[in-house]
Amino acid sequence: MSEEYKTLLIHGAVYKTQWTKKFENRTFWKQPDEKEIHTHIPGTVISINTKVGAKVKAGECILILEAMKMLNRVTMPFDGVIKEILAVKGQKIPKGTLIFVIE
Amino acid sequence: MRKFLFPKTIKPYIGKILLTKFYRMSLKRTILDLRKRKKEALQGGGEKAIEKQIKMGKLTARERIKAILDEGSFHEYDLFVEHVARDFDMDKKVLHGDGVIIGSGTIYGRPVCIFAQDFTVAGGSLGLMHARKITKIMDHSLKMRVPLIGINDSGGARIQEGVNSLAGYGEIFFRNTLASGVIPQISVILGPCAGGAVYSPALTDFVFVVENISKMFITGPGVIKTVLGEEISMEDLGGARVHAETTGNAHFYAKSETECFEQIKKLLTYIPWNNSEKAKAFPPKDPISSFNVEEAVPADPKQPYDIRNVIKGITDGSEFFEIMELFAPNIVIGFGRMGGETVGFVANQPKVLAGVLDCDSSDKAARFIRYCDSFSIPIITLEDLPGYLPGVDQEHAGVIRHGAKILYAYSEATVPKITVIIRKAYGGGYIAMNSRHLRADFVFAWPIAEIAVMGPEGAANIVFSKEIEMADNPEEMRQLKIQEYKDKFANPYVAASRGYIDEVIEPSETRKMLLHALAVSANKVESRPTKKHGIPPF
Repeated sequence: MSEEYKTLLIHGAVYKTQWTKKFENRTFWKQPDEKEIHTHIPGTVISINTKVGAKVKAGECILILEAMKMLNRVTMPFDGVIKEILAVKGQKIPKGTLIFVIE
Repeated sequence: MRKFLFPKTIKPYIGKILLTKFYRMSLKRTILDLRKRKKEALQGGGEKAIEKQIKMGKLTARERIKAILDEGSFHEYDLFVEHVARDFDMDKKVLHGDGVIIGSGTIYGRPVCIFAQDFTVAGGSLGLMHARKITKIMDHSLKMRVPLIGINDSGGARIQEGVNSLAGYGEIFFRNTLASGVIPQISVILGPCAGGAVYSPALTDFVFVVENISKMFITGPGVIKTVLGEEISMEDLGGARVHAETTGNAHFYAKSETECFEQIKKLLTYIPWNNSEKAKAFPPKDPISSFNVEEAVPADPKQPYDIRNVIKGITDGSEFFEIMELFAPNIVIGFGRMGGETVGFVANQPKVLAGVLDCDSSDKAARFIRYCDSFSIPIITLEDLPGYLPGVDQEHAGVIRHGAKILYAYSEATVPKITVIIRKAYGGGYIAMNSRHLRADFVFAWPIAEIAVMGPEGAANIVFSKEIEMADNPEEMRQLKIQEYKDKFANPYVAASRGYIDEVIEPSETRKMLLHALAVSANKVESRPTKKHGIPPF
C-alpha cells in the first residue's frame, strides 16, 4: 500500500484514496486475438510438430506441452497457415505465453 | 532357606521388613529410571539439532510452549510415545516423542491445550504416532471445551511411514472441522508447513505468522521450477508477508516469535473459551479524548480518512485489536470492547480503495462475521462505501460469489447486529453492510450519511440523461442535476422516512447509542429455520 493518495472512479464519482498492491498489479482485459495461440498451462515444450509456412488443418496437433507429467496436445483451432513459431523445443514456458501466430 | 537363617522369634516379621526395604529400594530405582528416561526424551533431537534450530533464528518447541503459557503451568502428555515405522531401517531410529510435544497449561490463569511440532526430531515430520498425539490433544481440547493452540514447524509427511502419515493428516483435518465454531483454534506457523500440512491451519480460526520463519505452500519452489519452469524464492512464494498481505491465509503478522506470542495472548483476552461461554468482561473505560469521531471524518464523501480513528473514538480505552491488517485493507475487522464486553467491528476503510467491497474484502469480512456469530460476539458495522469495485478482473475473479458471502454471513448471524452509517451507503454495498433488510437489530446514521442506489454523479447521469444531452451546455446541466439529486436523495432522511434507519444521530452520540443498543440486545433471542446446515457461497 502506497502512502500517497490516488484516485478511484466509481459510478461517475472520483474518490481520493490509496491503492492496494493487488489493485495496482491487476490485469487488464484484452480482447483475445484468435490468430494467436497462447499456453493455457505452464510446462515444457516436448516437440513442435509443424514448420513456419506449413498449411495445417483444424484439429491437427502442432505442439506437445508437458505439464504436471501429462503430455498435452496443442491443436490447430482452424484451417490455416503457421506464420510464426515462438516456442523452442525443450523450453519451459509459463502460462499465457504466445507460442504460435497463425493465419 | 529362611528356616536356617533366622531364629523362630523374628521369623514372622522378617519377611515384612525385607519386603518393605526391597520395595523402598526398587521404588527409588524406578524413580531414578523415570527421571533418566524423561531427561533423555526431553532432549528432543539432541544438541546438534537444537543448535541448528537456534541458528535458523527459531526457538525450540518446548521454549515456544513455555513462552506462550503461564510460567510453570505446562504439563506434557505422551512424552514416551515412540514411532511405529519398521521399513527403511526406521526400526533402528529413536525419535523422542515422535517429533511433537502435546499437553496443557494456562494463559492468564485459564486452561488451554497446546501442541508443538519439534523440528529437531526428524524435521518435525508427521508419522502415525505423531499424528495420534496431535489428535489426542485435539479430542481433549474439544471435550474439555478449551482453546487449542497448534505450533507448526514440520517438514511435512514422514515419507517412510507412507499412507499412515496421510491418514494422520486426514484425522487432524476432520477434528479441525469438528471443533470449528465450538472452541477457538489457533495455528502458529513457526517454520515450514508445506503440502497437505497447510490445510490444518487453513481450517482453524486464526493463523499467526512470523517474518523470515513461517513458510507455507502446497508445492515448494523446487517442484514449481522443475515442473513448470517458474523460478521463485521460498519467501516470495509462501513467506509470512505473502500470506499476511496477498493470500489472506494468515491473520496476524509479527516480526519475531516473541511479538507473535504477545499477539496470541492478546487475542485470547478478547474471545470466549468456547461457544457456550461469553468472553471475559473487563472494567469499562471511556475512550481517550484525543480520538474525536467528529473530527476524524471529512464531510465530503469523496475525501479519505482512516476509519480506525472512528473505531478508537468509540471503544473502551480507544483500544482496537485489528485482525488481517495487511490483507484487503479496504475493510477493517477486529475486536474492541464496549462497556467492558468484547464486540467485533466490521468497517469500510475509505482510506484504501475508497472502502469498496471486492472479492478479498468480502471474504475477509464474511469469515469474521461468522466467527463472531459462532462465539456470541456482538457485531458493530461502520459503513462508508461507494459499493462494489467495478472492473473485468473483479467480475472474472468471481465478485458475485465472493460478494454474496458477506450477505450470507450477515443474514445468517443471530448475535446482536448494529450498524452505523457514517457517510456513504450506496447500492449493493448498502444492502450488504448489515442493512435492516438483512435483519440488523439497530441501524443508526450520521446526518452526513447518503443512502441511495448510487452516488449523485452516477445517478444524475442516468436519471437526467435526456435533459443533460439536450441542454445547450451539457456540463452545466449535469452539475445542476447532480446538485438536484444530492439535495433530494443524498441524505439519511429518505431511508429514515421508511424506517430503514432507526435514528439519525449526532456523531458525538455514537458511543452512547451503541452502548444503549448493546444493553438492549444483551438477551437477544432470534432463531432461524431448522436445518442441517446452509449452503454458503464458499
